[in-house]
Formats: sequence, C-alpha cells, structure tokens
Amino acid sequence: MADLLPEHPDFLWRNPDPKPSYDAVIIGGGGHGLATAYFLASRHGMTNIAVLERGWLAGGNMARNTAIIRSNYLWDESAAIYEHSLKLWEQLPEELEYDFLFSQRGVLNLAHTLGDVRESVRRVNANVLNGVDAEWVTPEQVKELCPIINIGDDIRYPVMGATYQARAGIAKHDHVAWAFARKCDELGVDIIQNCEVTGFLKDGNRVTGVETSRGTIHAGKVGLCGAGHSSVLAELAGFRLPIQSHPLQALVSELHEPVHPTVVMSNHVHVYVSQAHKGELVMGAGVDAYNGYGQRGAFHVIEEQMAAAVELFPIFTRAHVLRTWGGIVDVTLDASPVVSKSPVDQLYVNCGWGTGGFKGTPSAGYTFAHTIANDEAHPLNEPFSLERFETGVLIDEHGAAAVAH
Amino acid sequence: MLLIECPNCGPRDETEYHYGGEAHVPYPEDPSQLSDKEWAEYLFYRSNPKGLLAERWAHTTGCRRWFNVLRDTVTYEIKAVYAIGEPRPALQADPPQHPRGGTR
Ligand SMILES: Cc1cc2nc3c(=O)[nH]c(=O)nc-3n(C[C@H](O)[C@H](O)[C@H](O)COP(=O)(O)OP(=O)(O)OC[C@H]3O[C@@H](n4cnc5c(N)ncnc54)[C@H](O)[C@@H]3O)c2cc1C
Ligand SMILES: [Zn+2]
Repeated sequence: MADLLPEHPDFLWRNPDPKPSYDAVIIGGGGHGLATAYFLASRHGMTNIAVLERGWLAGGNMARNTAIIRSNYLWDESAAIYEHSLKLWEQLPEELEYDFLFSQRGVLNLAHTLGDVRESVRRVNANVLNGVDAEWVTPEQVKELCPIINIGDDIRYPVMGATYQARAGIAKHDHVAWAFARKCDELGVDIIQNCEVTGFLKDGNRVTGVETSRGTIHAGKVGLCGAGHSSVLAELAGFRLPIQSHPLQALVSELHEPVHPTVVMSNHVHVYVSQAHKGELVMGAGVDAYNGYGQRGAFHVIEEQMAAAVELFPIFTRAHVLRTWGGIVDVTLDASPVVSKSPVDQLYVNCGWGTGGFKGTPSAGYTFAHTIANDEAHPLNEPFSLERFETGVLIDEHGAAAVAH
Repeated sequence: MLLIECPNCGPRDETEYHYGGEAHVPYPEDPSQLSDKEWAEYLFYRSNPKGLLAERWAHTTGCRRWFNVLRDTVTYEIKAVYAIGEPRPALQADPPQHPRGGTR
C-alpha cells in the first residue's frame, strides 16, 4: 500500500538517537526550548547540543496557545524584553527562511471602566517613553479598527476606549516551532522526541547530565524549558521554583469569512479574540483557578468567555464552538517570567512565562542562550532572576499588562 | 467542573467555591527572625506537585467556611475532604497511566 503513495515530502528535521554526551542539553521541545537551541547554535557557536522532548515537538503549550504577540507591557523591564522579542519576530521569518504567517494586524486592549481608562492611558504613556508603539483610541476609533465590535452603551460594560499597538499581531504557532526546529537541525542540533528526562546527574553541586527514558545523556550544561512541568523538573534537580501550574483553555469556532481584522483583548469582561488565517475565531481567557497538570479545564470557564465575546461581538451569536482544549501554564506570583541561573551550577531555568510566553519565544530563547553560554544573564533578563523573590524587586505585571496573555 | 463536597453543606459545583492554594502553610512563628530567603519561601514558594496536593477551598457562596481538600492534580479527582487544623490524610497518588508515553 505504502508504495502506491507519492514520495514522502522532505522532513524538516532528522530524528536522531541521543548521543552519549553533549556540550549542552535543553529540556523541552516547545517554542522556548527550540528557540534557545537555535540561538545557542547560531549566536554562540554551540552546535553539539540537543533538545530533549518527552512527547512530540510543540505538543505542549506551543501549539495550544492563542498566538497573540505584543509588547505593550507597563514596566521598563518587561517593555524591554517583550519589545526585543517583537523586533526579533519582525526579522525571524527572513532569518529562519520560513513564512510562519506573522501578521502585524494590531492589538486592541479594551477599557470598560474609569479605572481601566486611567490604567490604559498610563500604560500608553509608559510604552511611548520606552519606544514601544502605543496609542489611546476612542470608542469610535475602536469601531473603525474593528467594525464588528459593539461600542453601544446597551451592554453591561460598554467600551470606553482602548490601547492600540499597531505592530502587535499573531503568528502560526506550530509553524514557528517547525521553523526553529528546521534551522536547529541544519545547524547540527539533535532534536530528540519521546525522550523524557527522569533525573539529573550531579557532581557535587554541578549538573553533569540527565537520566532519560532513552538512557543517560551527559551534558556540560543543562537548560530547563519545561513550561508547565518546570516545578517537576526542578524537584528532580533538587530545588524549588516559585511556580504554580494551572490549566489554561482556549477554543475555536468553525471557519468563517474574514470578519475580524485585528486582535481584541478585554481584561475586564475577560476574553480575547482574533481570527486565524484559516478563518476560525480563536478565543481564550483566564486560567482555571486550581493547580492542574491535566491539560484540560472546566466548561464554565469557556461559558464565561463566550458570554463576554457575544456581548462584545453580537454577530458571534451565530458561531459555534468547534473545539476546546487546554494547556498547562507555569504561573509566578508577580506574573513575570524567570530566565535565570539556578541553585545548581551549570543548570539554568527558563520558566514562569505563564499565560503569555508565546510572544516571548524569541526573547526567551535569545536571553536564555546568552545566559547558558556565558554563565551570566544578558542585560535583558538580568531583572528576571530567581533572586528577585528574595530582594523584593518584583516585576508586577498582574494588572498592568492588560490581559495576561 | 469539579463537584466538591463541602463538609457543612454537602456536594456543590466548583463555581460556588474559591480556591485557596496549598494547605498547611503556617504563618512564621517569629517573623522578625526570618531571613530574606525564608520570607521568599513563605511568600512566593508553594508546592506544585504533579499528583496529590493538599489545598484549601472556601465555600464562598454557601457557608463561607474554609476547609482542606486532597486532590490529584493530574486526574483532578478529589481523594479526601477534611477540616482546617486536621492533618493531611495518608493517601498515595494513583500510579501514572502512561509512565513513559508522555502524550498526556
Ligand atoms: C490556551 C493557551 C493560550 C495561550 N495564549 C497565549 C497568547 O495568546 N500569547 C502568548 O504570548 N502566550 C500564550 N500562551 C502561553 C504560551 O503558550 C507559553 O507561555 C509558551 O508556549 C511556553 O513556552 P514553550 O513553548 O516552550 O512551552 P511548551 O510548548 O509547553 O514546552 C515545554 C515542553 O517541555 C516538555 N517537557 C516537560 N517535561 C519534560 C521532561 N521531563 N522531559 C522532556 N521534556 C519535557 C513538554 O512536553 C513540552 O513540550 C498560551 C498558553 C495556553 C495554554
Ligand atoms: Zn458550605
């Protein structure tokens, strides 16, 4: 039967068996692990490295997110790292030679209360001072940017305006992973799937390798990019992380004609919506309240975000939920990531990106690769160290980052 | 949606409750003696097991009282409900169904 089929198209990466030893191994084949490996190989000349993934490539949060990319964060530290990421997004399709449908269609963050309005205008001003494109738009301008939105005052929380970042947008998340994976592979990086890390080898306080479901692998350096499983990995390595893992859900409708030209996020009524290139309406909201590693959540969370969406976009009453799913997000108490050295020598942690790390994929990879290669943080991730929980220099993006995605 | 058995009111939908995170985290006995590292532990570090977690829930739209729950964070199954102040019941997590598969 198989010989009746046309030839298999070229594979984007090899599927090698693990070597006994590497200069560095990265745990987790999501976007962050792949981006880290890519920057280690392309910027730091470290090509004798491997990415170890327990399941399949991008089977975690990477291909489950709602793919929103923006950099309009309030605090200087966040604006710097997310804006750096956005600039990398702008150059990566060319650099990776892969059109992963990065679409800078703009993001509106709606304001529905006086408090929202003040916070939004403050954030716009902070963004402008940090060189991040941002503007405050009136309800009428919101309507011009997104004609299907209801700006009438007949809803519980009328739209009082919005922040608008024109350079923000979406990208096709699975293609982003494949783009990084293909380039990694070309540079000599081994991408090893179905390879679960089950333990760490140490010499004193220095990591020397990992135990995996495919045998022992020695490594000079180890980087954790386990997202929702970061705490589990850290515990295997003998330390704790300030992380709680939660289910985060999203959903899509059936395919529709293009009706929604931009990305709309609302913190207050809590929903965010864009329309994928194929035509599905893509929606998400907040995490399920409890800790969970089940990659699924409860339907009432979906129901609430649908109610919010239908109020904002009356034409969605005709749409149907086609599919819902969940990921496992790694949340910190200040809603900012950790890209840092760890208590174990030569072991590094990239985690805590929580509900909003897709947009950070390029910067996470860029700064984490720098940290691993030099055993020292890059200025961009210096503030995002584990020490901040002791010094109290938190980067509190909870309310400030509009919706947390 | 979880069905949670309130010790005072009986089984109710998850939406009637408020989640309170890890249980059995006592307030430091002598706060002025804590180092920065110990404060960080108390404020920001909580257990995050893949498996059984002892956690607090409050029945906010019912009796408004807090209680403890022992829940599996993979299957979400509630293994025990017990009063604040009672010790964690000695139960083991179910073995993972696909120890090697990694496809969950
Ligand atoms: C529903 C949803 C919507 C989201 N929406 C957005 C959004 O709109 N914008 C945005 O910026 N962000 C969003 N996010 C967040 C974003 O997806 C994550 O922050 C980001 O994907 C995390 O980095 P990652 O891609 O490396 O994670 P993952 O893809 O989860 O990668 C981690 C990998 O580690 C692997 N792993 C775990 N344990 C082991 C082990 N022991 N051995 C080997 N491998 C292991 C896992 O299998 C997994 O593949 C969303 C997330 C979800 C779930
Ligand atoms: Zn009750």
